[in-house]
Parts: sequence; structure tokens; C-alpha cells
Amino acid sequence: MTDTTAHDNSGPVLAADGKPLKVSLARALRRQKIRALLLIAPLLLFVLITFIVPIGDMLFRSVENQIVQETLPKTVVALQEWDSEAGTVPEEPVFAALAADMKIAVAEKTHTRLGTRLNYEMNGISSLFRKSGRGVKKWDLANDGPFKDKFIALDKKWADPEVWVTIKANSPKYTPGYFLNAVDMQVSPDGIEARPENQQIYVTLFKRTLMMSLMITGSCILLGYPIAWILANLPMRQANLLMILVLLPFWTSLLVRTSAWKVLLQQQGVINDLLVWIGLVDDANRLVMINNATGTIIAMTHILLPFMILPLYSVMQTIPETYLRAAKSLGATNWTAFWRVYFPQSIPGIGAGSILVFILAIGYYITPELVGGTKGVFISNRIAFHISTSLNWGLAAALGAILLAAVLILYYAYDKIVGIDNVKLG
Amino acid sequence: MADTANNDAFVEFERVQKSYDGETLVVKDLNLSMPKGEFLTMLGPSGSGKTTCLMMLAGFETATHGDIRLGGTSINNIPPHKRGIGMVFQNYALFPHMTIAENLSFPLEVRKIGKSEREAKVKRALDMVEMGTFGGRRPAQLSGGQQQRVALARALVFEPELVLMDEPLGALDKQLREKMQFEIKAIADNLGITVVYVTHDQTEALTMSDRVAVFQDGRIQQLAPPDQLYESPENSFVAQFIGENNTMEGVVTQISDGKALVQLDGGELIDCKPVNVTKVGERTRVSIRPERVEYNKERLHADAHTLKAEVLEFIYMGDIFRTRLRVAGNDEFIIKTRNAPDQTRLKPGEQIEIGWMPEDCHALDA
Repeated sequence: MTDTTAHDNSGPVLAADGKPLKVSLARALRRQKIRALLLIAPLLLFVLITFIVPIGDMLFRSVENQIVQETLPKTVVALQEWDSEAGTVPEEPVFAALAADMKIAVAEKTHTRLGTRLNYEMNGISSLFRKSGRGVKKWDLANDGPFKDKFIALDKKWADPEVWVTIKANSPKYTPGYFLNAVDMQVSPDGIEARPENQQIYVTLFKRTLMMSLMITGSCILLGYPIAWILANLPMRQANLLMILVLLPFWTSLLVRTSAWKVLLQQQGVINDLLVWIGLVDDANRLVMINNATGTIIAMTHILLPFMILPLYSVMQTIPETYLRAAKSLGATNWTAFWRVYFPQSIPGIGAGSILVFILAIGYYITPELVGGTKGVFISNRIAFHISTSLNWGLAAALGAILLAAVLILYYAYDKIVGIDNVKLG
Repeated sequence: MADTANNDAFVEFERVQKSYDGETLVVKDLNLSMPKGEFLTMLGPSGSGKTTCLMMLAGFETATHGDIRLGGTSINNIPPHKRGIGMVFQNYALFPHMTIAENLSFPLEVRKIGKSEREAKVKRALDMVEMGTFGGRRPAQLSGGQQQRVALARALVFEPELVLMDEPLGALDKQLREKMQFEIKAIADNLGITVVYVTHDQTEALTMSDRVAVFQDGRIQQLAPPDQLYESPENSFVAQFIGENNTMEGVVTQISDGKALVQLDGGELIDCKPVNVTKVGERTRVSIRPERVEYNKERLHADAHTLKAEVLEFIYMGDIFRTRLRVAGNDEFIIKTRNAPDQTRLKPGEQIEIGWMPEDCHALDA
């Protein structure tokens, strides 16, 4: 291309030095871009390490299942031949492979971990593996075969086809088992089916968590809206004083506040005493307001109320009083002016507050744990149980992933229905 | 001033006082009476009580004392939404979540007017302000001037007899403001509505009003048609506030049948018309409009007193020349002359003599 054609009008717009304008612009902005990137780099790294990576790891744990394959590699291969639906115990080669695998596993002390893992799927496997481990230790692999009878002699459970079904079912690297478990389902030889009724808890818990979070959000709106309105309409000085009262709970320990509710709400507590004293409630039938859903809703509404009031307040502050005056001058009564003119303009605040409160509520842990009893606990309490007590991290991860997905779906639905641009924090 | 017992009065303020804190009066003993169809402007600096008066009339503030009557009945205890007064607010107060048509339809809906009639009225009102095609838009999509028109249409759509306007043109640029002044005036005249208009812009007040009430310190200083207000201010505040003015201070030395002789503090003698000075020896502030000062000797009375002046600055402003002089020790003495072919252009440093017709120079309170 010659110089003259480069200046052709049909070509890209050129800078004064003849280079394309886009290239020049990119070069001119590069320094700024690099500087901007450097400025956010610490935060980006922090978020990446403390947020994105753990979440990714958690999501992975909910399907990851390499322990069977890693601990019993030969057995898994040998089991491929075995028909799990026949209802029979595998033949000698499988047991021989198991003996070889167990020998190594016992030496590396990994067999108990495998036992714990498989115990999530079938009760009793944990002790089976521990017991067998002690036996296998004494065996000489080269000379002590055949192993089928020896294993069965160690523990009769090895003759139970169900044990083998469980081992085979869990031999793939990835499993849907945790997720199925999290929605009260399981894999059986007949395919995916619902768990026995007495083992179904998670769907109920999810439903309860959603319902109660909605109720908490609703009561926060009902209680927070008038307060925010007063705050927004008071003179600055009084508003600031009231604002301190609203923020006061933030400066008090969560545990203290929750415990205070215990004192207030229990059957021999302040509120019941008061109701009995004024005769509203019979002494024999004191209200049960704690260690159930009522207690959780009351305490969590109180704790999350500021998260509703603050966005509402900041939105309401931007609604000038002249709108109400204009509505009244046009002939609207106080109520019509509020409902048709003021309220619609405060909806972005309700939206922002509701999203905040709902998302906080759905993952709340401490308060339901302390005042929820059995009827008022959330899914998060169950997740915590699996993380710290039962150590079934895979199931905890699956429950967490479902919770995350639920929040994202609700967020998406909110965006579609109300529009996320409609959310204002001030 | 307002005559109290006027049977034709449509809007009446009688001995109205207003205090917010119980210590100071924002409105002090206000008496005002307007006939139907009048365009009255409340003009004054901020804090003079004019907006408070408007808000009391609209019903958003209650009078601490006194009576406000509309069409002969006291409205002190009638809530704003039952007064049936249209109002245009400073920042238009168009409801941002409603379209223009919905905004206009709102006052009709709350009055339970049927849908077809509502639509017809909304259309008529929008056409009146030349916004007929904008019904489907939201206020945020309109320019300031367009929002202003809509606000006006909304205040008029339910056909109120009285419309209040609270600095409605304050947010517009100069050109648009001037255009809207004439439009508002024309619409008000066409519909025959009574308008109370609040502004701090004196040009606006002079251009639009039948009468102007000049507010200062919670009182009406003067209530008069624009020309009277401009040409015969009743006190020095009004003279200062309306239009541009040259003032000089002095003492009355002679006073007789509508003429006064004032000795300025520098010793010069000038002829004046006494307005609110009555006796010899009283201190006075004389005021003369820049365009009434004459420096062409041929155009002055033979016996008129003249003053020596030194030209300090000559500013060419297009339609007029604005010349700053030093007169009797005052460096800010302004004269304005029409840009005509035969007009002399004064040069800085030039020494001239100036004078005026005695009736153009008002001897006011000091």
C-alpha cells in the first residue's frame, strides 16, 4: 500500500502521524489502564484468594469423589466385571485386588478415611474398614490366598452384596451423590430414587429457609418503612439522633443481642411475665416464642432491620417534599398522595433493602442456631453441622452450592421483574 | 395599599402573621386583596416572606394569626387538597414515575372524572402548552423548558380559578425564561384565571404582572402596577430593588408644592420630588434612574440645577451606552443613553455637567 492510498477517505481514521487513530488512542490510554490495574490489583488478588478460589473449591468438592479410586485402584478395576444388580458377592479376583489395595492403604493409614467417606452412603462401613484393616495387616499377600473366605471370616459384612454395590457405585471420580443427598434423593441399583421418608430433611430445610427469609424480609419492610420515613422527614439534628439508635445494634455483639432475645422471649422470660401479669395469657399456657420458628423470625428481624432501614432512608431522602405537596395541591388526599406519588418512588429502596435482608437471612447461621430450636433452624445450620461435626464436606458443599444457585436464580428473577437498575442504595 | 373591605376581592389576606419559631415574625401584618382575573406578583429578596405567603395560600403553612379568604370564605381550616388551587413549583415537581399524560391525568383521577373526559382534558391542556405529542414520555426525558410547560399544564388541567406559581422560571436559561414569561402571561389572560406569582426577578415581575407586591422583611413595601412601581417608588427600598438606581444622600433645605431642594453631603444643591420627606432639615436619600440623567445642555431646563461629573468608564452594551461617572463623590453613578446615530460617546477623563427633570429625582427616606 502506498502513502497516498493510506490517506484515502475510505480507510480508518488516521492520527496526525499517519497511524490509525484507534492505535494511537490505545497507546495514549495504555498508561492509564496499567495504572488503574495496579491500583486495583491488591483487592483483586485478595478477592481471588479469599473468595473466588474457596467458592470454586467448594463447588468442586460437591462432586469430587476420588477417594475410592485412589485408595482401592485395583479393586475398582476388578469390580468392573461384576454385575451389581445380580445380588451376589463378587468372586475371588475382586477380593484378591481388595487385599492388595488394603495392604497399601493400611500402611498409608488411608483406609479409615475411605471408611468414613463410604459411611455417608451406608452405615457401618466405617467400622468394617477399620476392623478389616487390622486383619489385613497380618496377612502375607503372596501365600495367604484365596482371600474371599478370609475377608468374610474377618467380618460377615463382606458377604453382603450391598457393601459391594456401595463401593462400586462410588468408584467413579465424580459423583452426583452429594447433590442427590442434598435434595433427599439417592442412587440405588434401580436408579435415582427418593430417600426413605424418615431420612428426608434437606428439602424441608430449604423450603423453610426460603419461607422464613421471606417472612423476615416482609416484617423488616413493615417495621422499617415507617422508621425510614420519619428519619427522612425529621430535621437533621433529630434524624441524626434517631439514626444512632438505628445503628446502635451494629455496635453491639450479635451474640449479646441474640441472647437478649432469649431472655425476653423464653417461657419464664420478660414478655411472658408481662403478659401473664396483665392477664392476657394464662400462667399455665405461657407462649412458646423461643426455640422455634417464631423466635428465629423475631430475633432475625431485629438483627437485620438496619439493613432495610438504611437503603430505604437514603432513597427516601432523595424524594423531595414538593412531590407530596404537588400531589395535594392537585387534589389528592394524604393517603392518595402517599400511595400514588411517594410510595412508588420509594420502591427502589424497598428493593435494595429486601435484597440485602433476604440474602443475608437465607445464609444466616448464628441466630437460628441459638434461638431456632429444631423448628427454627436454617439450611446453613445443617451445612455448619456437616462442615464441623459430621465432616461430610462434600454434602456441605452440595448444600452450599444449591443455596448459592437459589440466591442467584432469585436475583435473576428480581432483575427480570423489578430491574436491578431500580435498586438504589442512596 | 390594599383596601380591606373589598367585596369584589377574590383572594384576601387580612392581618395575616406567620411565625415559625414563636419568636420572630416571618410575615408581619399582611393585608392584601386581589380581584378575580388579576395577575399579581410577589417580589422580594429571599427571606422576605413572599414564599411563606404563597404556602399559606396553598395550605401548606398555617397562618399564625389572621384570616385568608378565597372567594369570600375563610380557607384557614381547609386542607390543601380541598382548596382547588393549582400550583406550579420551583422545580416543577412532575412525578418522575409517571408519564406526562399520567401526570396530567392525576388531578382528574383523584377528582373521579371519567376516562374519556379525562383524556380529552389532558389532550387539551397539553395542546395549550404545545406539548401535545409528549404525553407518553417521562419527565426525565424532557428539557427544563418542556417540563415547565407540563407543570403549567398540570396546574391548569383541573381548571382551577386560582393558580399559584413559586419561582417557576428560576431554573431556566435567560432566553427561555423570557419566552416563557410571555407564554404564561398569555395563557393566564386567555383563561381568565387569577394568578399569584412569586419571584425574586424584578424583570419577570414587571413584564408579567398586573400588580406587583414588593416584599421586604415580612411586609409589603409597595403594591402597585409595574409602571407606577418603577416610576414612583414609595420608599428607598423599592427604588433600590426595582431596576437600577443612582442614590445620593443629603438634607432637605427647602420644600414646597411638590418640589424639594436637597443639599447633598458634598454641598451641591439639586431639585427633587419629595416622596416621603415632609419637612426641612430631614435627611433624605435621593434616587434617580440612570436613563433619566441628561448631560446634553440643550435638553435641560434653563433653571435646572446641574452637577459636575467626571467620566470614569464607558461601556458599549449594544442597544445602550452605559457610562460610569464620579458625581458628588460617588464613583458608582451610572447613566444610560440610547445608542442613536447622534449620540455622543463620552470618553474617560472628560468633565461634563449633568442634570435632570426635578420630577424624575425622588427624595426618599434615608
